[in-house]
Amino acid sequence: MKQERDQTHLLEMYRLMRLARSLDERMWQLNRQGKAPFVISCQGHEAAQVGAALALRAGHDWVVPYYRDLGVVLTMGMTPREVMLALMAKAEDPNSGGRQMPAHYSHRKLNIVSHSSPTGTQVPHAVGIGLAAQMRGDDIVVWTAYGEGTSSQGDVHEAMNLAGVMKLPVIFFCENNGYAISVPQRKQMGVENVADRAAGYGFPGVVVDGTNVLEVHEATMAAVERARRGDGPTLIEAKCVRLTAHSSDDNDRTYRTAEDLKAMKAQDPVVKFETYLTSEGILDDATKTKILNEIKEAVNDATKYAEAAPLPDPATVKRYVFAE
Amino acid sequence: MPVITFMEALRQALRDAMHADERVFIIGEDVVHYDSAYGVTKGFVKEFGDKRIRDMPIAEAGYAGLGIGAAMNGLRPVVEMMTTNFALLALDMIVNHAAKIHYMFGGQFTVPIVFRLPNGYGQLSATHSQAFDNYYAYIPGLKVVAPGTPYDAKGMMRAAIEDPDPVIFIEHTGIYSVKGEVPEESYTVPIGKSNLLRDGKDVTIVCYGRMTPMVQQAAEKLAEEGIDAAIVDLRTLRPLDMEPVIESFRKTNRAVIATEEWTSVGVGAEIAARLYTEGFDYIDAPIWRVGFDEVPMPYAKNLETAVVPHPESVIDAVKQVLAGKTQRIRQQ
Ligand SMILES: Cc1ncc(C[n+]2csc(CCOP(=O)(O)OP(=O)(O)O)c2C)c(N)n1
Ligand SMILES: [Mg+2]
Repeated sequence: MKQERDQTHLLEMYRLMRLARSLDERMWQLNRQGKAPFVISCQGHEAAQVGAALALRAGHDWVVPYYRDLGVVLTMGMTPREVMLALMAKAEDPNSGGRQMPAHYSHRKLNIVSHSSPTGTQVPHAVGIGLAAQMRGDDIVVWTAYGEGTSSQGDVHEAMNLAGVMKLPVIFFCENNGYAISVPQRKQMGVENVADRAAGYGFPGVVVDGTNVLEVHEATMAAVERARRGDGPTLIEAKCVRLTAHSSDDNDRTYRTAEDLKAMKAQDPVVKFETYLTSEGILDDATKTKILNEIKEAVNDATKYAEAAPLPDPATVKRYVFAE
Repeated sequence: MPVITFMEALRQALRDAMHADERVFIIGEDVVHYDSAYGVTKGFVKEFGDKRIRDMPIAEAGYAGLGIGAAMNGLRPVVEMMTTNFALLALDMIVNHAAKIHYMFGGQFTVPIVFRLPNGYGQLSATHSQAFDNYYAYIPGLKVVAPGTPYDAKGMMRAAIEDPDPVIFIEHTGIYSVKGEVPEESYTVPIGKSNLLRDGKDVTIVCYGRMTPMVQQAAEKLAEEGIDAAIVDLRTLRPLDMEPVIESFRKTNRAVIATEEWTSVGVGAEIAARLYTEGFDYIDAPIWRVGFDEVPMPYAKNLETAVVPHPESVIDAVKQVLAGKTQRIRQQ
């Protein structure tokens, strides 16, 4: 019984990682076709994102993600259609109705709160969401994410300090892919592990292999328990790989060698997990084909749906400046 | 004379200054391997080495402050902010420190620093498409420049780097590719001098930065309809030089102010006020302003197009002024 449940859980992890990857790949195709002006990828971060998000209670806990977190928002319940509507800035897009950039996810019903373009500014918000919950006695955990480059921002440090002082139920999740656009980690910080900084704020910092979904999941489960017990925050640093350019506006060939990219590809978290599941006899060919077909259908459906959806009406452009 | 882009003009001035003065160095995000966010300092690391071209962590407040310290200690930093929007994170350093140190400490320290602030829009949405020209133009102690032509871009960048005071250099990304005649040799264009770009008798259009080429386009179309517009390019927002504006206004008695900003409380509001206080005797018609609709910038292309100024917006404003109509600015 337990084993069966475990297997279902593992296959769900796999499905979510694959779905994130496939949607992401489709976005790049649409970008090349001129149908999506801006794409920023989760590729290489899927294990970290799905592993972490599955430790949360979807629709109950809050997530304050950053632009790479497609795997997180899908796990929390955002649909492929909703993702594609945002990519193409259509009126019906629940993230923003075409007002915010794509990948700045926001979904009130799912307790997903968007960040804005200045990096790291969402992290203090996550702390405030945690404070409100603590004051009301709500049993929620707030999970927030950012890149290692962004961990240099004052906002991030101030937020961690605040959360440490007030023992807030916040999980700081740093997705470390070794680059801030073109700047390698060694030029961003004098430490090897972002997680080491947690000590300076009075809570645990954990380093995990961000290409290993099970390891990330376990670490996040522990952080969630700690937060729910009222023991305060945890900083988790997931070492990831960035398999694409920074965004569709970037050409990473100017600062990454072909060997670097090859080495990263060898760490592809989706492939790694697929290999693991296959070798454990959990994923057989028939199951894999079924999952992949369903995903393909979902991605096609989302693309078609979003392409056909109407643009926002310029007559509504002044809506939402103030509360209605 | 060679014809080059606005961006190439900036590049030439930066390169000339780096060669002429060892104290000049560049810091910013992605300025090394990436050749800077928009490519302005392309190739510089090869030419000047990674001591003088330095990548910074994503910590705008920190490296703005670092630049100020280095300037107080005798260097001439050029701080590239990836965009105006992200410079907001460094606003305290710029406003409370770069701008005031010389005054507050009785002239003991100068802060010869240039903050390069690319701004502009193009489907980048609310927190990535803004103009804060007025924020800086408001601050005593700062010099604020926003050239609109390649010629001025080159000359003013050189002047900014040589200036003993902190200079905010606003570069509109929308005109990086605009071309114009630019001398090969190094020269300066003085900070604090507006420029009559086109003489005319019917209306004075005041602009700067990105709006300058747009207003030039509008003026050509107006000329086809028999309307003779003068253009004054402010180039510097602080210290503001109203003389060419008033001189032209004395002839035209009508003015349109075209700035790329939310209209209320913007730079244009200051120009309008000065036209009333300094040019009161010559006013024949209500002064109109052209700017953004007063909403955060939306992402969708059609929404964005709906809220930004176009040459037609300038043309329309000119016609309203000529018809003596009053303008009502709506804040939502
Ligand atoms: C305040 C601010 N400064 C600069 C930028 C430009 N920028 C966008 S993403 C990015 C790199 C972020 O790197 P990291 O935090 O490591 O995240 P990653 O993209 O690698 O996942 C930069 C510099 C920004 N958006 N906001
Ligand atoms: Mg990174």
